[in-house]
Amino acid sequence: MPADTDPLIPKPATAANGSAGRELIRLEQVTKRFGDTTVLDRLDLSVDAGRHVTLIGPSGSGKTTILRLLMTLTKPDEGTITVDGRRLFPAPEKQCREVRKKIGMVFQQFNLFPNMTVLRNVTEAPRTVLGLSRDEAEARARELLDLVGLADKCDMRPTRLSGGQQQRVAIARALAMRPRVLLLDEVTSALDPELVAGVLDLLRDIARSTDITLLCVTHEMGFARDISDQVLMFDAGRIIESGPPEKLFGDPDHERTREFLSSVL
Amino acid sequence: MNWDWSTLGDFLPAFRSGVLVTLQALVLGALIAFALGLVWTLAQRSPLRVVRWPVTAVTEFIRNTPLLVQLFFIFYVLPEWGLTLSALATGVIGLGLHYSTYTAEVYRAGIDGVPPGQWEAATALGLPRSRTWTAVVLPQALRRVTPALGNYVIAMLKDSPMLMTIGVLEMLGQARQFGSRTFHMNEPIVTVGIAFILIAYPASLLLRALERRLAR
Repeated sequence: MPADTDPLIPKPATAANGSAGRELIRLEQVTKRFGDTTVLDRLDLSVDAGRHVTLIGPSGSGKTTILRLLMTLTKPDEGTITVDGRRLFPAPEKQCREVRKKIGMVFQQFNLFPNMTVLRNVTEAPRTVLGLSRDEAEARARELLDLVGLADKCDMRPTRLSGGQQQRVAIARALAMRPRVLLLDEVTSALDPELVAGVLDLLRDIARSTDITLLCVTHEMGFARDISDQVLMFDAGRIIESGPPEKLFGDPDHERTREFLSSVL
Repeated sequence: MNWDWSTLGDFLPAFRSGVLVTLQALVLGALIAFALGLVWTLAQRSPLRVVRWPVTAVTEFIRNTPLLVQLFFIFYVLPEWGLTLSALATGVIGLGLHYSTYTAEVYRAGIDGVPPGQWEAATALGLPRSRTWTAVVLPQALRRVTPALGNYVIAMLKDSPMLMTIGVLEMLGQARQFGSRTFHMNEPIVTVGIAFILIAYPASLLLRALERRLAR
């Protein structure tokens, strides 16, 4: 399929291709330790394609570690990770690189490349990793930058942009790789309060208009309630409660969940 | 002090050729120092111990022995093993090799200064390791270290008179040769001293301007 007829953002999990609701991510008995601290303790997690899952819990409870494991930024000490039926860990380096292509990530600190223009930030990976031509990559990047409302900033350096604008470029950059899963790691935590809404609105749009699978770690409970169909409550490296947002935010079963929510709301 | 302008005039042709040799040694030496220093730095990050250890040993050895000894070694000892180099080639290689061990440290600091988030973003986008180095890490690291590299170029300039000891007729060599031939030392030595200031000071001003520009 030529690039110019591709949907802007992949819609892999539609009923039409029969993959809706199929399990996309599976963690089994995953343990991660940093020194003496056990960050994740024999954790099992399964996420179906197209779901929007929010991870909440006190800091240090292991939420961000899950995202970092899926992005292969760190390796588990034990357990297995499977994405779309293929092993991400343990797996040979080559397979790991292949499987990782299905996953994109947006970071708390944006992590845009300051030595490249906004446009280059978005075209770099599609060109070098997916092998798109310069024209294809740029056309796609311009569409995505238009989607995030920054079409006029193509030739600027990211450092000249506000935090909110930088984060929207980072979202466009991640989407340019057409990931099936997008990991959002506290994407508004580093933003000035008045810039948070723009980024969250954009993510709401993306969540509503596409079938991309989202895993978010966030402290924005309103956003979490809004965007997710499933919320996971973490405490001390385990998932202590999970359910739809209405249930988890409205009538949580677990005492720790109630404590946590009353401390952040 | 005796000062004779006509003596200065007599020195000018030799001086001109000395300046050219100094600049030649400096430019070529700096190119070697820049390139080789990067090779040392990258080699020291190799996952293979058999690469890391010898490189560390060699660079520590070169950095902790005097440039003059290294010049003598290349010029007088290497020919014993069949490697004979001209005086200028010896000087260029000596300067470049010696300062490469310093530029290696500069590059290392520059690379370490690239935030971990940059590596993580590259991984998240699936960029291959080589591309992460050439498109993301090195451009940012080099930008950071340009002023520090420039300082070493000025240091190399000031060390270039050592090449005189192996017979390279750079500025100071020409001055000494002229002096011993004509018994006029004042004019050539003062001229050479001024020439060093005239090259080094604007260069350091330029660097400071560059530093400010890059800091933005």
